[in-house]
Amino acid sequence: MSEPLKDFTTVVPFWQPRVTPVELANATDEQLEAMKVTVSNTKIGEYTLVLALDPETLQQRTPLFNGIMYGRGGLSRAETELGAVAASVVNRCIYCAAVHANRYNELTKTETVIGSIFGSTESAAEETKLDPRTAALMDFATKLSQCPPEATKADVEQLIENGLSMGEVLDLVLSASLFGWANRLMHVLGDPLPQD
Amino acid sequence: MDIFETIVAKAAGITSASPLKGALTLRSDILELTENSHEASLRPIQPGGLAHAERAGLACRMAKQNDEASLARHYERLFSVGSQVIANTGFDGGDDARLKAIIRHTDLITTNPKEATAEDIAALRAAGLDDADIVRLSELIAFVSYQVRVVAGLRLMAEVA
Repeated sequence: MSEPLKDFTTVVPFWQPRVTPVELANATDEQLEAMKVTVSNTKIGEYTLVLALDPETLQQRTPLFNGIMYGRGGLSRAETELGAVAASVVNRCIYCAAVHANRYNELTKTETVIGSIFGSTESAAEETKLDPRTAALMDFATKLSQCPPEATKADVEQLIENGLSMGEVLDLVLSASLFGWANRLMHVLGDPLPQD
Repeated sequence: MDIFETIVAKAAGITSASPLKGALTLRSDILELTENSHEASLRPIQPGGLAHAERAGLACRMAKQNDEASLARHYERLFSVGSQVIANTGFDGGDDARLKAIIRHTDLITTNPKEATAEDIAALRAAGLDDADIVRLSELIAFVSYQVRVVAGLRLMAEVA
């Protein structure tokens, strides 16, 4: 078996669970409902099948995740992805970082921002040449992701000075916080392996 | 649901009179789902091997480790028998091997998730948790980690607004 990946990548890895996922054929009605399984949708990923072991939280988590990442208006899709990337770098969730860095690159049609972020894992905003707005976003989301959170009023003011509305700041808070959640599932309950 | 009555809004001190009212109202669906996730993580209908009292104690412990006093007080209000000792961050589970493994794991994933390895899941199994309880515990830790950051972010926004 391949060794789990240790370094950040934009190539989405294969996620191998450390616990035994629900078998779709044996899933309870509650688990099926939480996984949103329908007749036309029977291809369910391993991650969802693992989370279906606790259907009550999964039932709420899926619409929450989609609402924060793909909700209408507010912070752009790309900058929302940046909040996810910042948290995933702090928490060293190789899988989440890859998925969301990849989406960021697709949305922005550039690889230089993620290249800079992945190049310096601890203090991305300081060591690299991100534009001021991107640096402010990364800095805030990185600090919020520490335990305890280290973001300050001055960091929010920095976001406002770089043109974010309060609604956009809220969306960044939600995206970074959501990955404080997602990383603690993905990175804890499974291993990222290289795709064959 | 009144979004200004949700746990995160109240912990951050945001009322309907706040200048942030408009921004929060636009994301009322997220605040409602956050509240629902709190119920599913802290007071699930089917708690499995993780009792409500243990969940409240662990959540309070996590809030303290994040310097989140308002949420810690909220979780104290959910306490029942056994919660209080778990919420004491100096307590490591004592002679109870199962509780000791749960507390060790909760502390690690709350404060330093990047260090998690396959051995940490194996340690929970060795202490008697089945896979469903491992996922339940993971969701609880993950949810509270999300919640403390939402509250911290909202509070900073309120200071600037």
